[in-house]
Amino acid sequence: MANGILVAAEVSGGAVASITLEVLGAARRLADQMGKPAQAALVGSGVEGLAKELIAHGADQVFVVDEPALAKYSCDGFVAAMEKVNAAASPDAILMGQSDMGRDLGPRLAFRLGSVSAMDCLNVTGEGGKVIAERPCYGGNARATYSFNTSPAVISIRSKAQEPVARDDSRQGQVTKVDAGIDASAIRDKLVGHQEVAEEGIRLEDADVIVAGGRGIGSAEGFSVLEELARALGGAVGATRAACDNGWRPVSEQIGLTGKIVGPTLYFAVGISGASQHMAGCTGAKNIVAINKDPEAIVFKSSRFGIVDDYKKVLPALVEACRKLKA
Amino acid sequence: MPLHIIACVKQVPDPEAPASAFRVDEAAKKVVAAAGVTPVISQFDALAVEAALRIKDAAGDAKITVISLGPETARDVVKHSLAMGADEGVLLTDSAFDGDSYTTALALSKAIEKIGDYNLVLCGRQATDWDAGVVGYGIAEMLGIPSVSLAKSVTVQGDKVVVERVLMEGYDTIEAPLPALVTVSNELGEPRYPKLQQIMMAARKQVTIWGAGDLGLDASKVGAGAVRLNLERLFQPVSEVECEIVEGETPDEIATKLAQRLREQKII
Repeated sequence: MANGILVAAEVSGGAVASITLEVLGAARRLADQMGKPAQAALVGSGVEGLAKELIAHGADQVFVVDEPALAKYSCDGFVAAMEKVNAAASPDAILMGQSDMGRDLGPRLAFRLGSVSAMDCLNVTGEGGKVIAERPCYGGNARATYSFNTSPAVISIRSKAQEPVARDDSRQGQVTKVDAGIDASAIRDKLVGHQEVAEEGIRLEDADVIVAGGRGIGSAEGFSVLEELARALGGAVGATRAACDNGWRPVSEQIGLTGKIVGPTLYFAVGISGASQHMAGCTGAKNIVAINKDPEAIVFKSSRFGIVDDYKKVLPALVEACRKLKA
Repeated sequence: MPLHIIACVKQVPDPEAPASAFRVDEAAKKVVAAAGVTPVISQFDALAVEAALRIKDAAGDAKITVISLGPETARDVVKHSLAMGADEGVLLTDSAFDGDSYTTALALSKAIEKIGDYNLVLCGRQATDWDAGVVGYGIAEMLGIPSVSLAKSVTVQGDKVVVERVLMEGYDTIEAPLPALVTVSNELGEPRYPKLQQIMMAARKQVTIWGAGDLGLDASKVGAGAVRLNLERLFQPVSEVECEIVEGETPDEIATKLAQRLREQKII
């Protein structure tokens, strides 16, 4: 008997990761549609105190695996821990974020449990007792919806695709400790080093405004006016693969299928044709403003506002106009 | 014994084809192959071959076997990998393999067991058609070997593989004992482009063809009869937005109008 919708929670810097709150929101809605509880698995070391956070954000039941060998993510360790939680919770579906952890944990866990995964989903719903997951494919050119013949359905959710439920500290939930008995020496994928690549300014994933440039910018110097616009609006600069491949911008700024997935309120696509490779990374943007010389550019089809002109003429004026508005 | 590396490669529609050429047959739940667009090796899989070649270059000696699963035409991506510098090629082709990622992973893992004596399996982080990113994990799970994903570099040091794993910010360094499976990300760099002489040499190489029976698989227990993930619907998302083109006589006028519209809509 399947008993609920289980979220594999993620802990980042001693707190529940923001993507986990989004996934909990999705799980809460799915659980309500299916008339089942929302469950959460809290796996790590010294994490038990975070269970109440998960309850405040929608979980009815939290399964805690708190063991020293789980202090850092490893595929072997976390798959084994989730296997134990799955046995205790027997969920219909296991949801997680499409994050550094989720994208690695999800597929292997699904195969371990004799089931299957749908990764990087935008939405998950319960229709007639069936779990349905929707995900982009073909570089964002197509969408697929799936149902599952095996259970639990393992589903990862793209960041910024789902809203958290409002925090409510009066919510009540049950906390269950699960002993997974993970032995550090049995973990084969061992973390031996870590390198932070510090980004200057605002993180693209957190930015409310992004000014992105593509092949049409033409040079590294061309980006300086994009930087000015980003500064005027308190935003960040992004780039397409073409701009990064040309060495105009660092790879850390790349947005798209092979780069970052972003979801700002306002996204300027400057000198960007709108190839699906790129657009796959900004489908979460609430409003796209396209600036392109070519009126036929496909980017206008996904944009709320468009300017058909040379960015070199329009952007300096736009920087001024935005500065005036902000003043 | 020199290292034996197995790289898994898939043939996909060219993702660089213009978006306007992309069509879905919703009734058949399939993507319609665009006329005149030649299918290619999935970009991340070419990088799996590249990663294998870099290990071979560093070690001085290694054997690289490439495996693809797909229709007869997928022989082209095996040949492409041979032209890049791989030593042997295997194509798994059988209508019984027409299923989901479970069958693909099962058939590939059986083929890897049949080849035997491998130290490292390399896959792309995802195929650029379905973008699923799951088959590599299935192979590792079925073979019972450790997996490390999203490599920007892969090196073999003694009896272990050392991987720099790409994160949202920065990277982790992860070690795993061989045999292991590693999936490769675009941060690895560029795959080498085959030279004419290598293409001619690859053209003369035999590609081994195996079907379900050769892998000891019961055709009724794989493919369509063993689907775990049901494709309910495949469609092209329709953008609901109507683009408002902002016009004016001068750049200043256009810019001011846009800024005002953004303010009116409470976007800035």
